[in-house]
Amino acid sequence: MSILVIDDLHASVTTDTGPREILRGVTLSVDSGSTHAVMGPNGSGKSTLAYVIAGHPKYVVTQGSITLDGQDVLSMSVDERARAGLFLAMQYPVEVPGVSVANFLRTSATAVRGEAPKLRTWIKEMKDAMSVLQMDPAFAERNVNEGFSGGEKKRHEILQLSLLKPKIAILDETDSGLDVDALRVVSEGFNAFRDETGAGTLLITHYTRILRYIAPDFVHVFVDGRIVESGGPELAAVLESEGYERFVGASATQA
Amino acid sequence: MTVLTAPPSDLAPRVASARPEDFPRPHGREEEWRFTPMDAVAPFLDRDPAAGALSAEPGTYVSMVPIADRAGASWLPTDLPSAIAFSGTTTAVQVAVPAEQVVEDPIVVDLRGSAGRSYGHVDVHVGAHARAVVVLVHDLTVDASGSIVTTLGDGAELTMLSIMDGPAERTHLWNWHTEIGRDARFVGSVVTIGGRVVRMLPSVGFAGPGGSAELLGAFLGDHGQYLEHRIFVDHDQPHCSSNVVFKGALAGEGTHTVWVGDVLVRRAAIGTDTYEMNRNLLLDDGARADSVPNLELETGDVASAGHASATGRFDDEQLFYLQARGIPERIARQLVVRGFFVDVLARIPSEQWRTRVLHRIAQRLGMDDSIEAELSGTDEEAGS
Repeated sequence: MSILVIDDLHASVTTDTGPREILRGVTLSVDSGSTHAVMGPNGSGKSTLAYVIAGHPKYVVTQGSITLDGQDVLSMSVDERARAGLFLAMQYPVEVPGVSVANFLRTSATAVRGEAPKLRTWIKEMKDAMSVLQMDPAFAERNVNEGFSGGEKKRHEILQLSLLKPKIAILDETDSGLDVDALRVVSEGFNAFRDETGAGTLLITHYTRILRYIAPDFVHVFVDGRIVESGGPELAAVLESEGYERFVGASATQA
Repeated sequence: MTVLTAPPSDLAPRVASARPEDFPRPHGREEEWRFTPMDAVAPFLDRDPAAGALSAEPGTYVSMVPIADRAGASWLPTDLPSAIAFSGTTTAVQVAVPAEQVVEDPIVVDLRGSAGRSYGHVDVHVGAHARAVVVLVHDLTVDASGSIVTTLGDGAELTMLSIMDGPAERTHLWNWHTEIGRDARFVGSVVTIGGRVVRMLPSVGFAGPGGSAELLGAFLGDHGQYLEHRIFVDHDQPHCSSNVVFKGALAGEGTHTVWVGDVLVRRAAIGTDTYEMNRNLLLDDGARADSVPNLELETGDVASAGHASATGRFDDEQLFYLQARGIPERIARQLVVRGFFVDVLARIPSEQWRTRVLHRIAQRLGMDDSIEAELSGTDEEAGS
């Protein structure tokens, strides 16, 4: 059992006009086997939450804490966090020219597992994981994210997830830019990972659409840098029919 | 002295001569010397009576020949150091592949200098419709100056690698001229990772229509190295193509790389297809890269003509992405730099030499062998 605990997290980004606070006191716990959907309007800071957990250098944590099984995540480097068991499936995966998917996956698996996987079993493991995501084996020879379609990028993210087997997965708008077929394949790939590993999940999304494929246990409404309401899957249905307007108004009133 | 005519261009050399006295002594203000540390090249601006000679072990296609007997005899030096080296060389290293001969294995020319400062001339001729791969390994244990002259007969195919690898202590000044026959194909790769001060000046000319030239370069500088690559592609025949791609990565206080790419498309060169590109990756704040592409068109009747140049810093988003997958920063950086070079190195003719160059670049980047093995996907089970 693992648990990611986020407590009163405040974070800022540096702008031309000085630091701007984006996260304003986020408190949330994600434990193994549970799936938390964080939903919010554009600009609410929900993707920033994902990047701050992963350790992107652009953001400065000004208050609060993040721990994974009691270990201080904020004191870890980006790669240490990944090796500790955190994984961020990115909304905009970065191109790395000249580095093949095969090399990239093996290098990261070696880093996360602490030893190089045996070549024979590794090739089978990679092929199996790719077939779940309906990826052509030739994909492994392409350069990381270079010339990938939106759907290919997201499949590639879930492929990494299934090979690196983190304790806690963070999916940042994995559904954005996907057509229905691609969304189904990516969701099935994710569900296979979750069923196999029992990992905890933080699913960040703007739309309720993905929740038809990936069932959440908890839904949190994220507005203006913090969670303004939490509930069960029924909260997603409310958002589906009413949108974020009520919550945006509530946040403004509070502030 | 030959004063090059027909019609004058800013990009073409003005003088071609075997006699050093025909060249004015450069002072560093001249366009073609303006980046070069003149104190390092000064010893090459006067004839050194004590200078040694560059030679190579003879083989099936390699021999040492009197300079007058070389194949590319119409070539003349185009700057003072090459004229001095040429006038001080009596024996040329010659690689000769007879017409219609196909040589699959790389012909390796391992240059050796006989003194701390050595002059030399390398002559490579691939006869009509012949095909060959040549690897020229420079001697970085000596200071050297000289010329490489490559001639391709009609329909010939030559893939050639010039590699400068070794300690960052020596000065090397080289001209490398290639003359391409009708419908012949040339792929020339320049790898410069050693030397304290290096000036490598590749030039290409066409002896008939339909020829194609690719010039690919990879250079890696650190700890104050000065690496200059100055390219001149002279299109004066119709329907020829040229593609120039040079990539450099550099780090360290005082490290300086220079890339100048001059492409001239003369009036007669209708239907020319030409592109040149230089990309530089600055790994820290101490290094400096100059990149100057020049394209001069004397005819508008070309198939395509373009150039691109970009010098950028290391992309921190790439680093974040790789680190977010557990890869430590040091290895992530090495992956990115290696990846940056892959497309130019992929064209190195032989598997063995490609692997060797990649390995050396990895070593220069501080990658240890276990990481290297990991990256190339080989381990103890690879053979099974």
